Amino acid sequence: MTTASDRNPGALLDRSDERLKDRSGAKGAIKGFLDRVRSGDLGSLPVVVGLVLICTIFQTLNPVFLSPNNLVNLLFDCSTVGIISLGIVCVLMVGEIDLSVGSVSGLSSALLGVLWVQWGWPVALAIVAAMAVGFVTGCVYALLLNRLGMPSFVSTLSGLLAFLGLQLYILGPTGSINLPYDSPLVNFGQLLVMPHWVSHTLAVMPGVLALALGYRKAQRRQAAGLSSRSFGGLLLQAAAITLALELVTYYLNLSRGVPWMFALFVGLVVAMNYALKRTQWGRSMTAVGGNREAARRAGINVRLIYASAFALCATLAATGGVLSAARLASSSQQAGTGDVNLNAIAAAVIGGTSLFGGRGSAYSALLGIIVIQSIASGLTLLDLSSSLRYMITGCVLAIAVIVDSLARRSRVSHGRA
Amino acid sequence: MAIPDTPTTTSRPPVLSLRGISKNFGAVSALTDVDLDINAGEIVALVGDNGAGKSTLVKILAGAHMPSSGSITFDGKPVTLANPAAALKLGIATVFQDLALCENLDVVANIFLGRELHPLRLDEVSMEVRAWRLLNELSARIPSVREPVASLSGGQRQTVAIARSLLTEPRVILLDEPTAALGVAQTAEVLNLIERVRDRGLGVVMISHNMEDVRAVADRIVVLRLGRNNGIFLPGASNQELVTAITGADDNAVSRRGRRTAEKARGERP
Repeated sequence: MTTASDRNPGALLDRSDERLKDRSGAKGAIKGFLDRVRSGDLGSLPVVVGLVLICTIFQTLNPVFLSPNNLVNLLFDCSTVGIISLGIVCVLMVGEIDLSVGSVSGLSSALLGVLWVQWGWPVALAIVAAMAVGFVTGCVYALLLNRLGMPSFVSTLSGLLAFLGLQLYILGPTGSINLPYDSPLVNFGQLLVMPHWVSHTLAVMPGVLALALGYRKAQRRQAAGLSSRSFGGLLLQAAAITLALELVTYYLNLSRGVPWMFALFVGLVVAMNYALKRTQWGRSMTAVGGNREAARRAGINVRLIYASAFALCATLAATGGVLSAARLASSSQQAGTGDVNLNAIAAAVIGGTSLFGGRGSAYSALLGIIVIQSIASGLTLLDLSSSLRYMITGCVLAIAVIVDSLARRSRVSHGRA
Repeated sequence: MAIPDTPTTTSRPPVLSLRGISKNFGAVSALTDVDLDINAGEIVALVGDNGAGKSTLVKILAGAHMPSSGSITFDGKPVTLANPAAALKLGIATVFQDLALCENLDVVANIFLGRELHPLRLDEVSMEVRAWRLLNELSARIPSVREPVASLSGGQRQTVAIARSLLTEPRVILLDEPTAALGVAQTAEVLNLIERVRDRGLGVVMISHNMEDVRAVADRIVVLRLGRNNGIFLPGASNQELVTAITGADDNAVSRRGRRTAEKARGERP
């Protein structure tokens, strides 16, 4: 029933409207990108700009900053808070917040120490128990929100205090438990890196996968009469990804190499990205974050979506707590306190996940935490006092949120909210 | 020119038929003894003043409310619409006034929201093709289905909402104020769309306050007043007749002007 007047005959199904601008080819891609940025759809642009700025500043102040050794340490540090930040992405997607991730991670690290070292549980069981406590915490937050209408801001703020208290309580008067240095867990958190050939092989994978999956998708779209990406473009993209990753891997391998803990983090990010982008659950999360009522009317179980977001967030926070205990080889009263909370939230926001819900991606946790940890690492190298470090990190978070707000306003005025 | 309850133009039984529907909210009876027939391939406009019971009636049809008494038959079989899912399963789709679209999702995601193909591995290509086919069948003019809904105009959003409701292949579609808050061109676009939906053989129930829109597309105009049937009109009915039926008063601005015009016409006639 297509009318010939407004549709070019023979054109692709999704490119037949004459009002649609041609965005094919390299020129079109660049133009489309500029359009998106101008209308406030910044994507990962702030991160790239931020990273370049940070690297330039700190490298000029202290040449150790970009040394392979420091970067490997950076990746170790990224992984623990990064996994917590991944959970924050989940709750931000549905437009909620969890302010207690730091305390939950601290509690889980304390639990690990008590159950494993003091009570003599097997380490795996202690880890599962710590993660289970996180899971239950998230379920309680969801219950408070769903059944009592308690805003997550308030419930998790109370959780922040309550779980910090519980952490101090179970650690007892000694206040800190040392984890055995030669255990596999501490090894994993401090030393374990990939053999060089494994890291190089893994670095090829994203490019190969991007090419294979992209090509298959393009073929399917072509068969269905939709516009598709050219093979050349895909090949170029895959080559660029592979080259960049191989270079980074080579550089890191000049020092100790790529930490397995970082590989675990990246693996979780990729899995989360798939879940958010390619499953019905992820689509429902985005819908609930965008328009709760519309999602409910579409038959989505909104309460279950909230519950899954909070449970996932707290479980990931607990996982991060276990890993940070492994990283420090101790469960202490300081674990999860200080800036862990804000770093995790800031990383998600800096990476491009909106505080206002319905917009974000798992990769924002990865990109954001690299920015945050770079700042932390750079400031540590400059030997600045923690007072200054807190102030600077606070300013960076404020700038990130301002950029998010401005971009959101621009999106609304450009009709891309 | 009120016409009898059962139209003589069609011999087939109506798709959806309501008999003696009443709905009480405590001591208030929102609907009393209301009858309504909806035929396939017919647009029934439901008009009435604020508080006449239009929305209550639509909510009963959508399964959001249960009637206090009365019977509903679908395809000649008595049915109970216990919840929205039951109504949807039967083939009654509803497009609510506030469009219930997610502005941050694109058109395809909105059309398939809650009914995605392959939940664990979304089939974006099939969904996009299906969305285009649906929109093209409706001759809807949406430039790109991969843009977020936030970038669409009011009429285009209404189109997406209607296309979304057609995905389940319903037999009857309920439209609550489909042209409210739309401009002239967009209203025309949506009215065209409603006619095309009817031409697909669906029964359409349309609530509207705009008499012009109603008379433009409706095949039958059902007037509710204070929760009761107050006449069924053909689209040729005059504005005055409709307003009188809706307000229940002979003496109102429309009827006064109508009388003046008529007197003037008589006076001018030799």
